[in-house]
Amino acid sequence: MKVLIDADRCQGHGRCFSLAPTLFEFDELGNGVVIGDGRLDSQTLELARLAQVNCPEHAIEIDEAP
Amino acid sequence: MTDKPIVQDFATDWDHTDPAWVNNPYPIWDELRGRCPVAHTDRYGGAWFPATHAGVSAIANDTENFTSRTVVVGNGRPQEDAPPAPIGVAPPITSDPPFHQIARRLILPAFSPGAVNALEPQIRALCAGLIDQMEGHEIVNGGTEYAQFIPPSVIKQMLGFPAGDEDLFREFVHIILEGIDLPIEERIEAFAPIEAYFVQQIEEHQENPRDDLTSYLLNVEVGGQKLAMEHVFGTMVLILVAGIDTTWSAIGASLWHLASHPDDLARLVNEPDLMPVAIEEFLRFYAPVTMARLVKHDMEYLGCPMKENDWILLGFPAANRDPNVFEDADKFIIDRRENRHLAFGLGIHRCAGSNLARLELRCAIEEFIKRFPRFELADSSAVTWAQGQVRGPRNLPIRILA
Ligand code: HEM
Repeated sequence: MKVLIDADRCQGHGRCFSLAPTLFEFDELGNGVVIGDGRLDSQTLELARLAQVNCPEHAIEIDEAP
Repeated sequence: MTDKPIVQDFATDWDHTDPAWVNNPYPIWDELRGRCPVAHTDRYGGAWFPATHAGVSAIANDTENFTSRTVVVGNGRPQEDAPPAPIGVAPPITSDPPFHQIARRLILPAFSPGAVNALEPQIRALCAGLIDQMEGHEIVNGGTEYAQFIPPSVIKQMLGFPAGDEDLFREFVHIILEGIDLPIEERIEAFAPIEAYFVQQIEEHQENPRDDLTSYLLNVEVGGQKLAMEHVFGTMVLILVAGIDTTWSAIGASLWHLASHPDDLARLVNEPDLMPVAIEEFLRFYAPVTMARLVKHDMEYLGCPMKENDWILLGFPAANRDPNVFEDADKFIIDRRENRHLAFGLGIHRCAGSNLARLELRCAIEEFIKRFPRFELADSSAVTWAQGQVRGPRNLPIRILA
């Protein structure tokens, strides 16, 4: 399972790194970026989903394939 | 302000300066959403108002068919004196692609979370100082004694303007936001002192460069060239205008809510961890800002016969109450878990100052409720709401309870 940010959609609303600072950080422009390789376990999956449903630009994608 | 006929039917004759809309726009938007998703008016020379989330996001994301050349609806057709896109008077907000991205990227680092979080201690001290002056009073004014002082002081600091000029900034913002209604000659005249002030600040910074946004804009290079002076000037004016009324309104509306909803106030006082989520709900429910676009060419769009240069008023606050996107959209839910609100807009023009605005809002509310854990509206009929494209309470008498 993996989370990723579509950089073309992200406009830097900053919801992901505020809600899930262990999964996301911001770059020098304030856009969201995934920390590390974005791999998720069952706990971090919940956190990634929370960020996903709060992203106004629908920029967060979760690949749930194991 | 001209005397305009009172609106009878908002679907065919809407007006965002109509008293009913100014006092309580939400029932109007609910009705529009059900009846005709895009309302029309012949006022302002012809304008459209999408009231649904789908309509607002389609237009906000469509820079092919809509331009940001002027973002404040004025009387009659768009100003002939407005410099054409793609740069516009106040980059990046009046810029279209591809120039928009250049102008936006220049300022984003100054407003990134890392940069603005450094201001937190100073913002808290500012709020605490204002509260000190209210201490011991039974009635305080959440607008004229508190909310209105916070953003100008922060902006002054970022641009590196002299202390003590905050009253002047509020005056400037008022002229710029309201002046749009005036004929061109009068507008130019009203704008003269603002221009003189900014030119003076720019010259002062050219002589004494320092570590602030004004010096940064004067010295930054794009493709080996410094910015045109009109660009520096336009961006400075934008930051002043965009940063003041907006945040002041958000702070005021949040205090207004807490003063009239004792259960929410008690929860926030008892569960401080709720604050980040509550801030987003304040922003969703009382989103203060609507922004305009112009139609680029005649076309049929969302089923509407749009004409070149028709105005579009992007109802971000109306989209935030769309039941198709938000569960119990018309309820304020202080711990709402899913909240994809559009208070800061959508797409390429997303509010560049959103991290700063959130920080100011959070500090302002936290400091206020820390000192005054119980308060209520002193006189709900005395509360006045600003009209125009930025909505928030201006006069906000609050009774402090023991
Ligand atoms: C709660 C407070 C605020 C709200 C609700 C708000 C809302 C908005 C909205 C809706 C837009 C999009 C405009 C459009 O689509 O045409 C915007 C743009 C902008 N805002 Fe804010 N704003 C706030 C505070 C601030 C602050 C504090 C600053 C900076 C000091 C700021 C600077 C800007 C700038 C520079 C833009 C233009 C961005 C661009 O065009 O790329 N705003 N704001």
